[in-house]
Amino acid sequence: MCLGIPMKLVKIDGDTGLVESGGLRKSANLSFVKGAKKGDYVLIHAGFAMERIKPKEAVKTLRALRDAGIN
Amino acid sequence: MKYVDEFRDKKLIDKLAREIRESVDLGRIYRFMEVCGTHTMAIFRFGLKNILPANIELISGPGCPVCVTPNGYIDEAISLAAMKDVVIATFGDMLRVPGSHSSLEKERARGAAVKIVYSTMDAVALAKKNPEKEVIFLGIGFETTIPTVAQSIIAAKRGNIHNYSVLCGHKTMPQILRALVADRDLNIDGFLLPGHVSAVIGVRPYGFIPDRYGIRCVVAGFEPVDIMQALLMLVRQDRPRVEIQYTRIIRKGGNTLAEDSITEVFKRSASVWRGIGEVKKSGLAIKDRYSDFDAARKFDIKKGRSKENKRCICGDVLKGSKTPLDCSLFAKACNPEYPVGACMVSSEGTCAAYYRYGERS
Repeated sequence: MCLGIPMKLVKIDGDTGLVESGGLRKSANLSFVKGAKKGDYVLIHAGFAMERIKPKEAVKTLRALRDAGIN
Repeated sequence: MKYVDEFRDKKLIDKLAREIRESVDLGRIYRFMEVCGTHTMAIFRFGLKNILPANIELISGPGCPVCVTPNGYIDEAISLAAMKDVVIATFGDMLRVPGSHSSLEKERARGAAVKIVYSTMDAVALAKKNPEKEVIFLGIGFETTIPTVAQSIIAAKRGNIHNYSVLCGHKTMPQILRALVADRDLNIDGFLLPGHVSAVIGVRPYGFIPDRYGIRCVVAGFEPVDIMQALLMLVRQDRPRVEIQYTRIIRKGGNTLAEDSITEVFKRSASVWRGIGEVKKSGLAIKDRYSDFDAARKFDIKKGRSKENKRCICGDVLKGSKTPLDCSLFAKACNPEYPVGACMVSSEGTCAAYYRYGERS
């Protein structure tokens, strides 16, 4: 029930936004991600954007895993 | 980057599996509990148990909201559904959960108005559209979902939508973990902590687990790379502490906007957990200032005596002390078609996961 789907914010209208993933578009409540901008990826749970996804951290995690130790 | 496929990269998963194998001490067993039902589902779905060394045991915890909701709550929802001009709005997974005598699905077949909604805001919209009806949303779930319910109550109050209310059955994660670790029978070396609950509450509420009980903690995301990396971090953690694997989402202090909406609407209260019983301060109740939106106070709910199937061991499964394979009903009298206990109903329930992914013996 705590499922969250990363979706791209494509339109903002006050506290409501339009998010998209794989061609699917949905409206989302943005009350919890003030400051999110068009083009940001947000985590969608039950019609709400719960958090903005930090691209730098995602890259850091993946790079560290690819570079680390054995290959 | 779309934040999904990159974290399902088979090469990275295999590499992490190798690193875990090389990091474990073969002379011991590691018992790690994945607290969250969404983690349980991901672990089974991606077959992660099959690529872990045999001395790592993954135990499912109490983090499936549908599973821990007691029969009494379902009974109350059913008695509300029987009232005239009432529409029950709920997330889909609650529909088939058996109460003491019936389920919402059965009541719907008999004519009760039960509507599945995707978001709490859809329930508020339903109330606005049907002013002659009372729309009651079934508020279950942990801190990931709770802010969305809080927001619906705030919106209903702001919009003067007084035919909307919530039957509050919400539960909170740190308090049930406190009860779990205080139980001497629980033998756990580490917790895979829920990523999306932590996105809201941050990581500080878990500090007591390593500090007081010496148990390792890693807050993890939900893709297979996330889970494998978090398990590697758990294996390698030298001094018990709370580490964050899911750095692309989690902020140490959580999401204050979401947390503020929780404290605006809810206050702490005791809560009854299926199979575990009442746990102090482990749930939420609606504050007096929003009492008009509290279904428990707005309606005279018939309180019968709830009963549970005595042979169902859901409670022990939720505490991690037994697995579905220890249950005499599992895959026989209890299956996804005819579930006896909630852990078989919810798609995130441990019994449903064991059944669906073939761990039958």
